[in-house]
Amino acid sequence: MTVTESPTDTVVIARGVRKAFGDARTNKPVIDGLNVEIRSGEFVALLGRSGSGKSTFLRALGALDGDFEGYVRVPERRAVVFQDPRLLPWQRVLTNVTLGLPATAAVREQARAALSEVNLTDKAKVWPRTLSGGEAQRVALARALVREPELLLLDEPFGALDALTRIKMHALLLALCRKHKPAVLLVTHDVDEAILLADRVIVLTDGRISLDVDVAVPKPRARDSDEFATLRRRLLAELGVTGEIQL
Amino acid sequence: MATVLSRVRTSAPIEPSTTLVDPRALAEQRQRKQVVPRVLQRFLGPVLLVALWQLLSSTGIFNARTVPPPTKVVEAAIHLIADGSLQEHLLTSLLRVGYGAAFGIALGLILALVSGLSRVGENFVDANMEVLRAVPNFALVPLLIVWFGISEVPKITLITLAVAVAIYINTFSAIRSVDAGLVEAARSFGVGRAELVYRVILPGSLPGFLIGLRLALTASWLSLIFAETINARKGLGRMMTDAREYFQIDVVFVLIGVYAMLGLTSVLIVRFLEARLLTWRRAYDGD
Repeated sequence: MTVTESPTDTVVIARGVRKAFGDARTNKPVIDGLNVEIRSGEFVALLGRSGSGKSTFLRALGALDGDFEGYVRVPERRAVVFQDPRLLPWQRVLTNVTLGLPATAAVREQARAALSEVNLTDKAKVWPRTLSGGEAQRVALARALVREPELLLLDEPFGALDALTRIKMHALLLALCRKHKPAVLLVTHDVDEAILLADRVIVLTDGRISLDVDVAVPKPRARDSDEFATLRRRLLAELGVTGEIQL
Repeated sequence: MATVLSRVRTSAPIEPSTTLVDPRALAEQRQRKQVVPRVLQRFLGPVLLVALWQLLSSTGIFNARTVPPPTKVVEAAIHLIADGSLQEHLLTSLLRVGYGAAFGIALGLILALVSGLSRVGENFVDANMEVLRAVPNFALVPLLIVWFGISEVPKITLITLAVAVAIYINTFSAIRSVDAGLVEAARSFGVGRAELVYRVILPGSLPGFLIGLRLALTASWLSLIFAETINARKGLGRMMTDAREYFQIDVVFVLIGVYAMLGLTSVLIVRFLEARLLTWRRAYDGD
């Protein structure tokens, strides 16, 4: 097997991943022969238009959908943050964070620590309903991080947030990733978000990888730097949009 | 630009081209101060109805033999309470409804879980329950008498079935409408089958269950009336039959009042449960 050739710090191995909805023989596959490796602590953004198969790939890695072909290996400690926070409305914030973990004092302490990392210490006992969109998504982030995941899967986690909240969330996410060092796969259709956050950007077009580049923009990344603009143009072109408004 | 803005800000109000109004003048019309509390206002309708009834009785427009005046009905109620007969019959009926509701809730919940949590269970249970719902409760009375005689069993069974159907239908549909996204998220965070049921699916279907409970309690009083036509020696139904036989219209009115109060009490019980169990649905948090 070629698998053993992978370096030991590789946490995601995906080879020849293929998935078609319905009849796999006749229907066009949503993802078709994806080969992706993600190293420990690496932040990868998966860019693509709607229907390019990026969420399908994330769902395969996250064990949310086991119906696919190909060779895939992921760490046991994984966590997903979805586009909607998906907090249980009938559980207080703290209990949402500990969801699925043993109900011990130590776990509750870890959950409180995770909430303080997302600056929501004072919201531990409230109902999710009382949270704003950004707060709810921060709880979802705390719920993921409390598991100390080796692989963090983010499925357009900031897509439903307003622009100003999104900027704050980007900074928070980067700080948290620096601290916990999980490998991250961020699915997004936001080119700026991908460049701002990721070490590497993969563009998915019609279920295949059409581009796989390291982000060479120096940190801290500024949207108005030349490197940023160049990569932005390249990624937008890859996605089939010019980024300029024709008047 | 700045000069234009400052000029506008300091200039005198412009003469309006059309009639302009202060929006508060319109808003205040809808926000009048409540002189009588809302709770008391709710009683206004029934109180006026009784007053009208008394008036029509006193002026002789209502025949006292077929429509006794409210005063006469109250007298009858006091008499029935004084000799203890109302309490005795009421207790018998309450026990029947109590047992029927308890068994029915348990049965309805178990069937809803069996049917809601698995497709196989749904295949076995759901169509049968739909059929049972389609059959009028009263139509089951002859069968129940043949099977169980005229003891307490057919009476409680009839109530049990009515309650179970209402609980089942609503809880099953509530289980099936629990947000699939929440279930998926919970699973992805390592929540097992049993924990999924009691942490996600049961709380998620609680609002639907409570709607079922409200309908079930209403159905239980209705079934009680049917059940007590089965040769009941005691119970509100028996009192009603006797009152009809002896043409005690005032007693009939008392019993209608008792049924009304029992129905309202069940609604209050469910409202209390909703307030206690569904606090997470409220927008603002107490603590």
